[in-house]
Amino acid sequence: MINVNDIKVGDTFEEVIVDNLTRTQIVQYAGVSGDYNPLHTDEIFTTQVAGYPSVFAHGMLTMGMTGKMLTNLVGDDNLKNFGVRFTSQVWPGDTLTTKAVITSIEKDSDNVLVNFELVTENQNNIPVVTGSATALI
Amino acid sequence: MSKKSMPIEKGHIMMFARSIGDENPIYSDEEYARDKLGGIIAPPTFIQSAAQFNPDNPLRPKIGEPWFGSGKTPTGIKKGKNKSEGSASTNMLHAEQHFEYHQSLKPGDVLTPEVTEGEKWEKESKRAGLLKFSESITKYFNQNNELVITARSVGVVTEKVVEN
Repeated sequence: MINVNDIKVGDTFEEVIVDNLTRTQIVQYAGVSGDYNPLHTDEIFTTQVAGYPSVFAHGMLTMGMTGKMLTNLVGDDNLKNFGVRFTSQVWPGDTLTTKAVITSIEKDSDNVLVNFELVTENQNNIPVVTGSATALI
Repeated sequence: MSKKSMPIEKGHIMMFARSIGDENPIYSDEEYARDKLGGIIAPPTFIQSAAQFNPDNPLRPKIGEPWFGSGKTPTGIKKGKNKSEGSASTNMLHAEQHFEYHQSLKPGDVLTPEVTEGEKWEKESKRAGLLKFSESITKYFNQNNELVITARSVGVVTEKVVEN
């Protein structure tokens, strides 16, 4: 977790949020989230009917893993805003890294409000999620 | 989503945290969580699993109804005259998701969603043809009628299959 007395605009943080994403993890996410779209778990349907090369992860799984990086960074229960765009698909076997850059810091007597710009990239440096977040620490 | 309430349960939170690969004990260890924040909390994107409590969730198989995923055949839906039938969900993708957190989400809370439709717009894309975007805003209120989370979701229907 960051120390609010020791941060400045432009500071960049990085974490590998998944290494070699498995189909089983995608199944886990489908089961718990309630999004059972076969595009995420049913290789036969996805390749033969929908015409994709393979099943792919729920965007919200990538957002959830990006959120894990954020809460590791800003601490539990401190997020005020968290928003993303899904820019590219995430496939089984992908390794994803989230980068967060501090874009502004506002201090008052009790708390510090920190804004971040976010990007999660795959192993080919293609952004799969871009977004921003605000934390009150 | 219709007005169906969502009970926030610690087992569900634990399984959700596992599914995103998050070992933070704040989502599963009661003793640790009690000392740190007064109790277990839910991860920031947990509210997405409200889909489990939506009686109309089109992406959950319904007992006795055909399902568009594979079984004996690659899809359980026969190709009818209406081409889009049963395959509507295959070209609908999630474009954006935004959350605004008003207070922490804890086991024991019971949330009720209030959904409003947002804007609709179109964009031409080389990769996927005509893109039709639509936005929906869901406000989740707890058992005391306090706003806990505001979620804004943007969906996109693509003309062609998108492969990166």
